[in-house]
Formats: sequence, structure tokens, C-alpha cells
Amino acid sequence: MKRFDIQLDNDNQLRHFLTIEGLKKQMLLDILDNAENFSSVSSRQIKKVPLLRGKTIANLFFEASTRTRTTFELAAKRLSADVVNININTSATKKGESLLDMLHNLEAMQVDMFVVRHHSSGAAHFIAQHVAPHISVINAGDGSHAHPTQAMLDMFTIRRHKQDFTKLSVAIVGDIMHSRVARSQIHALNTLGVPEIRVIGPQTIIPNEAAHLGVHVYHDMQQGLQNVDVVIMLRLQRERMEGALLPSENEYFHMFGLTEEKLKLAKPDAIVMHPGPINRGVEIESSVADGPQSVILEQVTHGISIRMAVMSMALGRPSLTEGGQS
Amino acid sequence: MTERLQSNDLDTPALLDTLSSELRNLLKNRNIENPVMIGIHTGGLWVAEELHKKLNIEQPLGALNITFYRDDFTRIGMHPQVQPSNLPFNIDDQHIILVDDVLHTGRTIRAALNEIFDYGRPASVMLAVLVERGCRELPVSADVAATQIKLEKNQHIKLNRNAASELFLSIEETAK
Repeated sequence: MKRFDIQLDNDNQLRHFLTIEGLKKQMLLDILDNAENFSSVSSRQIKKVPLLRGKTIANLFFEASTRTRTTFELAAKRLSADVVNININTSATKKGESLLDMLHNLEAMQVDMFVVRHHSSGAAHFIAQHVAPHISVINAGDGSHAHPTQAMLDMFTIRRHKQDFTKLSVAIVGDIMHSRVARSQIHALNTLGVPEIRVIGPQTIIPNEAAHLGVHVYHDMQQGLQNVDVVIMLRLQRERMEGALLPSENEYFHMFGLTEEKLKLAKPDAIVMHPGPINRGVEIESSVADGPQSVILEQVTHGISIRMAVMSMALGRPSLTEGGQS
Repeated sequence: MTERLQSNDLDTPALLDTLSSELRNLLKNRNIENPVMIGIHTGGLWVAEELHKKLNIEQPLGALNITFYRDDFTRIGMHPQVQPSNLPFNIDDQHIILVDDVLHTGRTIRAALNEIFDYGRPASVMLAVLVERGCRELPVSADVAATQIKLEKNQHIKLNRNAASELFLSIEETAK
């Protein structure tokens, strides 16, 4: 079996959502269009539709998360699914067999979907390879590998403001090396036909293979931000860094922090994005994070719609009821 | 056995006129002066657009996409191309005219009613359809229907709209 086929069933429908890599453009557009339809549900008085009534979704979070876990939970609840949240204390979890034992126990409770966040890259793939045939796995972030629903909510936010992907110039600034968000964003932007993707950051935290991902690398904000339509700031991930990759936070802010002054280099109608949580005064100035060009809180709102779309696509596949399983 | 019904037996503009005048009578009999109208995507919405004009309804037209309420969702999956529901008014205590093109099994209407009640508590809901055909699977009936027709199991009736925005019904047959 080819590695990325694991995401699709025999009818080429989305079964697992583990990474953007390898998915076709039409699949990403379907996710965005479905999310567009779901966004109206969240503005109703009764924010709920009966689509996934009777389905059970388990949130398995092996790593801390507030925004992602909450929006996954709200998305499932607004689709009328039942949700169990399992917070696994990382220090108490043993690897290997104990993880599979836990999965099999949850399977025995007739769970239909696992939403997985894990500190190890590849964890969601590993789980997807071992679950029963009717179960779907959604990757809610694995190590520094991928965070596909975050990337899709970012694409959704960009499309709301800029419509046509094929005319855009997008800059991703900061800790590319440790960022699963950046990796997934780059795959999504490429797949959707964005012609100019730039990554900006200090040499020490931009991986050597970045140039192979179809991006332009800049080590200088003044050059990198020129005339971009979208500026995506990344959080400095101290917890994933080993050794001294960076100078002080002050110096980092001076060189790569987004200030009002530096934002003027981008197009006047450029939008500012950040996956959160933001470190004010480290990678972004407060007045920019709260300013008129910031769409950071919109991203959070759109996260619910995107997660509703992905969950219903994976759990509403015709092959599930016909018994023809992949 | 009578002859099978054909597409050109149906005069769609005349049926729209009939539906509109019967609906006007019904509203009068029930003393409803300021109703709201909701059309079900896609054909029902086309019919509703016509009726909304003919009856001079003040409030804007509502549109319902019942995808999220279908009982066969897990069999047919998601269809991203349909527009979402949009009810641009508060439905509490309103008299609602729900409009669809064809009443067949009644399942669409069941889904539509569920969705409407997720928006609020209307004073009443009445159902207006262009065509009523047999084979009901639920206890649903139309308050007004422009015509009742009998079709064979393998005959399908469909509302279409051409480039000039004219509506016309067609009957198609699939192999038995």
C-alpha cells in the first residue's frame, strides 16, 4: 500500500485526515466548500444540526491544547455527535503496546472516530494503520510533522478575504523548523495554486529542505514582506527546541517580530494571521495582533466550520453503510 | 390503464398560476395576512421565487438546504455545491408557507420541518407544492398542490430552469 492512500477509501473519499500532502486540489476545495456551508450553522440560535447523531468521537490529546481541542469538541457537538475527551498525561503514558491497547478498548466502546494530537511525528498515521476498518482518524497535530485542519482553516480564512489563490503572495514568518502548521500550510498553498510562498526566519530555524518544498527562503523581514497579500506569523516553539538555536527573545522580536512598521512593507490590504497561542512581544506586537489587519480570531471561528466539514466527510462516506470497506 | 403521462402534458406556467391563486385563497380562508415564505433547495426555491413575486409577500424569501437533516446522509454523503440555508427573518410566531417542487415520499418535508424548528417556533407551517405524486412514505400531505399526477415507479418528474429563467417540468423514464 502506498503511504498516502491510507487517507482515502476505495471510492477515493476522505477516510482519515492525517496530512495535506498527497491530497488532490478538488478534495481541499470540497473541504473548504463544505466548511462554508457549515459556517452558517454557528450563527444560528440553535447551533446544532443532526448530521452525526449516534456517532461517537474520541478526542485523544497526548499534548496540551486549548483552542484545537475545544474547537474539535464544539464541531462534533454542533453535528450532534457524542464526544469523549481523553487527556493523556504524557509522562504516565507508555509507548507501543499500551497505546494500542487503549485504542482497542475505545474501539470496544463503539467509537467511530479518533481525533489525535501527539508530540511524536507520525503518531496519527500509526494509529490509522491499526484501527478497525470502520474507524476514521483525524490528525490534530503530530510532533513537527502535520496539522492539516489548522492549515485548512487558514486556507478558509485566506479565501474569505482574498478569493483567488492563484494571484497571491503569502509569507510565513518564524520557526519553520518546528512548525507542523507551516509544513501543512505550505502543502495546502501549493496544492491550491498559490504562486508565491515565502518563508522568513533565522537560518537556524529554517530547515535545509525548505527550498525543495517550493518556497522562497528569506532571512530578512524587510525583503521578505515586500508586497505580500498574507502574513502568517508562527509561535516560537521553545518547548520543541534543543540547544541554542536562537538569541534572546528581545533580539528575535527586533529582527523577526511583526511590528506596525514592518507590516507597512506588505500590501496595504494584507491580512495578518497566527495559529495561536500568540506570544505578544516575541513574534508579534500587540497593536498588530489586535489591529485592523489581524484576522487571528476569525481563524478560531473558522476552525469550527473546517472541523465540522472534515468530520462529516469522513463519517458520512457512502461506503460505510454499504459495508464495502477499504 | 390510461396512457403514461408525458412531459408535454404539463403546462408549467399554468400550474404556477393555479398554485398561486389556490394559495391566495387558502391564506384568505385562514385569515393570514403577513406570511413568510421558505423554498427548499433547489427546485422548491425556484417555485418559491415565482410565488413570492405573484403574492407580493413583504418579507424576504427564505431558502432551506436540508442536507444536514437528511435521513439518508450516510448513504449519499456530502454535497458541497448546494448553497446553505438562509432564513433572513425571525421565524418565531410567523405563519410559514413552505414550498417544494414535487411532493413524493414526504421525507424532504420531514427534514425541512426539523430544520425550521431549529430556528424557532413558528405559529403555523403550510405546505405548497407544484406537483403531488403518489408513493408517500410518511404522514405528510400538501395544503395546496397545483396538480396531482400518477406516475409509474420508473418515471421521474423533475423541475428545470432554462437560461431565460423559465421553469418547466419534465418526466424521465429509467429502464425497468
